[in-house]
Amino acid sequence: MKEIVIISGKGGTGKTSITAALAVLAGKNAVIADCDVDAADMHLLLSPDFAYKEDFYSGKIALINQAKCIECGKCNSVCRFNAISVINNNYTINEINCEGCGYCAKICPANAIEMKDNLTGKLYISNTRLDNTLVHAELNVGAENSGKLVTKVRKEALRIAKETKKDYIIIDGTPGIGCPVIASITGANYIIVVTEPSVSGFHDMKRVFELIERFKLKSACVINKADINQDIVCEIKNFLVLHNVQLIAELPYDEVFVKSIIEGKTVVENDEKCKIKASLETFWEFIQNINK
Amino acid sequence: MKIAIASGKGGTGKTTLSVNLASLLSELYTDKNIVLVDLDVEEPNSALFLQQSILKEEIKYRNIPKWDETNCIHCGKCKEVCNFNAIAQLPKLVFIFNELCHSCYACSELCPTQSLPMKPMRMGTLQMSVISENFYFIEGKLDIGQESAVPLISQTKKFVKDNFPDKSIILYDSPPGTSCPVIEAVKDSDFVILITEPTPFGLHDLKLAIATMQAMKQIFGVVINRAGIGNNEVEKYCSENKIQILGKIPNMREIAELYSKGKLIYHEISQVENELIQIFENTKSLLEHR
Repeated sequence: MKEIVIISGKGGTGKTSITAALAVLAGKNAVIADCDVDAADMHLLLSPDFAYKEDFYSGKIALINQAKCIECGKCNSVCRFNAISVINNNYTINEINCEGCGYCAKICPANAIEMKDNLTGKLYISNTRLDNTLVHAELNVGAENSGKLVTKVRKEALRIAKETKKDYIIIDGTPGIGCPVIASITGANYIIVVTEPSVSGFHDMKRVFELIERFKLKSACVINKADINQDIVCEIKNFLVLHNVQLIAELPYDEVFVKSIIEGKTVVENDEKCKIKASLETFWEFIQNINK
Repeated sequence: MKIAIASGKGGTGKTTLSVNLASLLSELYTDKNIVLVDLDVEEPNSALFLQQSILKEEIKYRNIPKWDETNCIHCGKCKEVCNFNAIAQLPKLVFIFNELCHSCYACSELCPTQSLPMKPMRMGTLQMSVISENFYFIEGKLDIGQESAVPLISQTKKFVKDNFPDKSIILYDSPPGTSCPVIEAVKDSDFVILITEPTPFGLHDLKLAIATMQAMKQIFGVVINRAGIGNNEVEKYCSENKIQILGKIPNMREIAELYSKGKLIYHEISQVENELIQIFENTKSLLEHR
């Protein structure tokens, strides 16, 4: 069983559309995981039934018991996160700023501060219209995306894939290079980077490949919207050759991607010209072969 | 005036709007300093669209504890107070996992023998450049392998605060999403422009971004990018919820091509220039009537 993660560095390159297309091509033989817990969108294309729902707690958050508070202000003086202020004469925690370090609770002379469990999001496990399983999550507003919820999504997907004897876990990653991305890719079997030939797409892609090299992971690349800028396509190809990364598909700029999203479909189910569909089928075959 | 440009979904046009609006404002308001700040420190892109001369470059650090074994009595207090599991204690050794540390200082200041002094650790760089006489650009860039963007975003904002007077027009190009890096980038701005696409993905993520802005009690408005490509659901949602649409940038292949080359769009397409002016006028009037 193999974990395939799709990431991009830059947002909006077509990561989710392409991941959802792979979910269709893999069909029953895969568990799908949406690790973009900050802005999970894949469920919009897969009609999940939200069969299982679980609250996800991560870390702590401070709560001041006003009855016990002696207003000494020590909590405020040690807080490095600007999370304690005086509102209506009461010392109050700003829940968005509080990182849950608990320093205030430890030094409060009146024991007036309690560290409570922090509800940071929800995890869902669903059956999809493709007759496979989708694991996804929703991070609460302003919650810290430390990668813990991402790790939880991956773990659940792995457990289900093992129990139901699936060959693939297909993972939609997050944009960027920080903790949620690192949590999405560490230990995965194969990373697919979806880029676009724009100055920013190329810039972000280089940073993502540097991260992948640092973690010594196997990877390949897909260029989406490839006809937008031929010069940058050449630069990307040179970069891939230098870094010994295989280019497995070049997809054209096509509004069929948006049209499909609006219809709640994936692009392989909606491509009249069949060109994109054919490229993605070749792409999926490539993935099946690397695993042999 | 501080305006943050944010979005739930990535790739909806934050950087396009930020660089084009900042550049246009620098031409329109020659008596004011325009400061564009790239706070998408994981993947900063604004610089790719600007001809800049670098004025200043700094390495940025954050403080993390460093074990000094000289006086350590191995009492275990440091490990006990750390809520992030960033400290491991072995019989004769204290080990710090730098990436897990949130720099809260608890272990350092509560250590009875001062054996964990806070020391600077490199996390990224900050660059200040000048684009034209009254147009400045500041960029924070996270080192690859560093996990936490928040401390660098916070230091980049502090740099701007220390170096530019309040009457400047400051634009923050924010990271995507709705979690801590966005909160850090957007907080203390006077106004937030949320940019989205008229697609189901765009709408879904816009709703999350709106909920985030409401939780933060921020004043905000919406810009629709690639207008015309999808459906009318974003407009419907905004009008039902009394959220002002500040302007629309049309869906044109020419824009995508100019963007891909790192060119400013309003220089070539006057419709975009007019929309940008409208977006700024609407922003000003929302701020005046708050």
